Amino acid sequence: MPTMNMIHAINSALDVMLARDPDVLIFGEDVGYFGGVFRVTEGLQAKHGLTRCFDAPISEGGIIATAIGMGAYGLRPVPEIQFADYILPAFDQLVSEAARLRYRSNGEFSAPITVRSPYGGGIFGGQTHSQSPEAIFAHITGLKTVIPSTPYDAKGLLIASIECDDPVIFLEPKRLYSGPFDGRHDQALKTWAGDPAADVPEGHYTVPLGKAAIVREGSDATVIAYGTMVHVAKAGIDQAGVDAELIDLRSIVPLDIDTIVASVAKTGRCVILHEASRFGGFGGELSALLQERCFWALKSPIERVAGWDTPYPHAFEWDYFPGPARLAKALTRVMENN
Amino acid sequence: MTTQPPLALYIPQPSARPGDAARFDHIALDPGAAIVRPSFDAPEKEMRDHPYGLVRVLGQQDSAWDPGLDADTMRKGLRAMVQTRLFEDRLFRAHRQGKTSFFMKSTGEEAIGVAQSLALDAGDMCFPTYRVQGWLIARGYPIEQMINQIYSNANDPLKGRQLPILYSAREYGFYSLSGNVGSRFGHAVGWAMASAYKGDRKIALGYIGEGTTAEGDFHEALTFAAVYRAPVILAITNNQWAISSFSGVAGAEQTTFAAKALAYGIPGLRVDGNDFLAVWAATQWAAARARANLGATLIEFVTYRVSGHSTSDDPTKYRPADEAEHWPLGDPIERLKAHLIALGEWSDERHEQQQAELTEVLRSAQRAAEAVGTLGKSKPSVAEMFEGVFAEPDWRVIEQRRELGI
Repeated sequence: MPTMNMIHAINSALDVMLARDPDVLIFGEDVGYFGGVFRVTEGLQAKHGLTRCFDAPISEGGIIATAIGMGAYGLRPVPEIQFADYILPAFDQLVSEAARLRYRSNGEFSAPITVRSPYGGGIFGGQTHSQSPEAIFAHITGLKTVIPSTPYDAKGLLIASIECDDPVIFLEPKRLYSGPFDGRHDQALKTWAGDPAADVPEGHYTVPLGKAAIVREGSDATVIAYGTMVHVAKAGIDQAGVDAELIDLRSIVPLDIDTIVASVAKTGRCVILHEASRFGGFGGELSALLQERCFWALKSPIERVAGWDTPYPHAFEWDYFPGPARLAKALTRVMENN
Repeated sequence: MTTQPPLALYIPQPSARPGDAARFDHIALDPGAAIVRPSFDAPEKEMRDHPYGLVRVLGQQDSAWDPGLDADTMRKGLRAMVQTRLFEDRLFRAHRQGKTSFFMKSTGEEAIGVAQSLALDAGDMCFPTYRVQGWLIARGYPIEQMINQIYSNANDPLKGRQLPILYSAREYGFYSLSGNVGSRFGHAVGWAMASAYKGDRKIALGYIGEGTTAEGDFHEALTFAAVYRAPVILAITNNQWAISSFSGVAGAEQTTFAAKALAYGIPGLRVDGNDFLAVWAATQWAAARARANLGATLIEFVTYRVSGHSTSDDPTKYRPADEAEHWPLGDPIERLKAHLIALGEWSDERHEQQQAELTEVLRSAQRAAEAVGTLGKSKPSVAEMFEGVFAEPDWRVIEQRRELGI
């Protein structure tokens, strides 16, 4: 099986779907001839043709509006928004139109679109190239939000998203594009080479939406993460020396409620880790769901380790980023309660 | 020291407020450059004065735009316009009688939805505003179903999920409406791009009000329509009023709405929207252009909103109560009727007879819908609230439905 980094794996998913389904097409800023600012769509226009993968005007609202119209016609567009920070001009289209079309038309029209967008920090991108907006999409009834953490999952989840009949926000952890970054920014960069999750089949396969992965089994605490933070969590668990179970949600909507409830019921302790700001973040929803369902099993308050409630700061990136040391501290804290 | 006066902020004001004499001398009515009907494949640069003219047929001598419709087609249009007006008057009264929560009328604007509905093909799709109910009526959508939707009763085709008149009727070429204005304009462009992508022959028609041309959605849609030469007709219904804001608040004092096309390099037509034949002709021209892979056309239909914005609006609070009577482009129904009578193809007697017959059709449809129930007296199963959020329900709606005990 070939080794692929996450860029290659996503490119492969798009390539497979363009070849398999004539109703799949890609458009977005710089995605055509050039192949995208992160090279994710490289070679797809040359291989599949101009109308299958083409450049769009700098108009996120226009990109999503036209994608919805194409979806209503019967196509399965896969628009790219260059950075998740730039998705906000399209927010009305996603909330008022894509998410509501099936419901309000009683199924006469729907928007089976997959909006790909790189998210997250750790690349010195400052306020406007670093944000993690997943919680605002999770709050919108009618949207699915998917976030892979490995090349294998990225390809399988993206194919599942494109084949899904609902609108999907597919957030790509850009810090993981070239390697499994674990938050230890002062150490040598790891690539995906040699990582089992970088063994990616060439052809078609899916990873189902709404099925979390238990990345590491453990008995003393549960750590819930997604995207870049899955790798940070591994490092943090090692640092704390706690026998923690690590769950990678893979998609926050649909949420694999059964897996997280079973784990927290077993361990009695839980730390939720995400890069987005803490207040109103998805960790709040997870925490509420778990206390509703596992309250009597809890030995310690559920902790959230997250970005601070500030904009994403340029010079203070590593002070903001919730790295392994902060997770280790939280894990140590929850282990003090019995 | 400067002798210049200080800066002063300009706030546009309409020509008349309640108590003033109604005036429309700011509306340019001369055909101007639009006296010429260019070939449908004329280059855009040869028709850059058209957005400042006015395409007119009725009341003009030998208009180049006369679509040459036969009397049966015109009678069909007249019938649908009359039925639309009677339908809306009846359902407006139903709202006042407490039978529904909300309603909107298109009085005075019926020619637009009706003529475009009849001029375009069955496979074409319109992306409507809430003021083109005539599209559905012209295509024979069942009146009883419209009323069921307005009453949100057990037979509501949209299962009680949508505000009255925000229909969806795919088989009738009528895209799902929503209360947000403007946000479907770009869908029309995307739908048209998809038709071109597939090598089909269908075209799209997007509607937007003149007030909503101020939204980014309008400009985004025009950008995409122009860039990808999408087979779409983009229609602005300029009915002079956006709730209480006159068209000047959207920029009408500076230029025409049709002239917005100039910056995008697509043809712009300014059309007498109360002239059934002019609406038909402009639509036909733009459709021929779109079907020939020559891209989009922007059409401004100059019309007047005779009624209030909705049942929640009282226009006498912000414009002269008799303003509609002074509207220089008249009533679309009266104008087409007079034209048919002048041709010897219609008469006042036949008109009255038809009106009585249509009233009876509406009465019986309303009776049938009311036998199912008016708002609150009948509704679809509450289980419908939880359906259709996703293609397959997720655990949240399954649990919540159980929590509600259904």
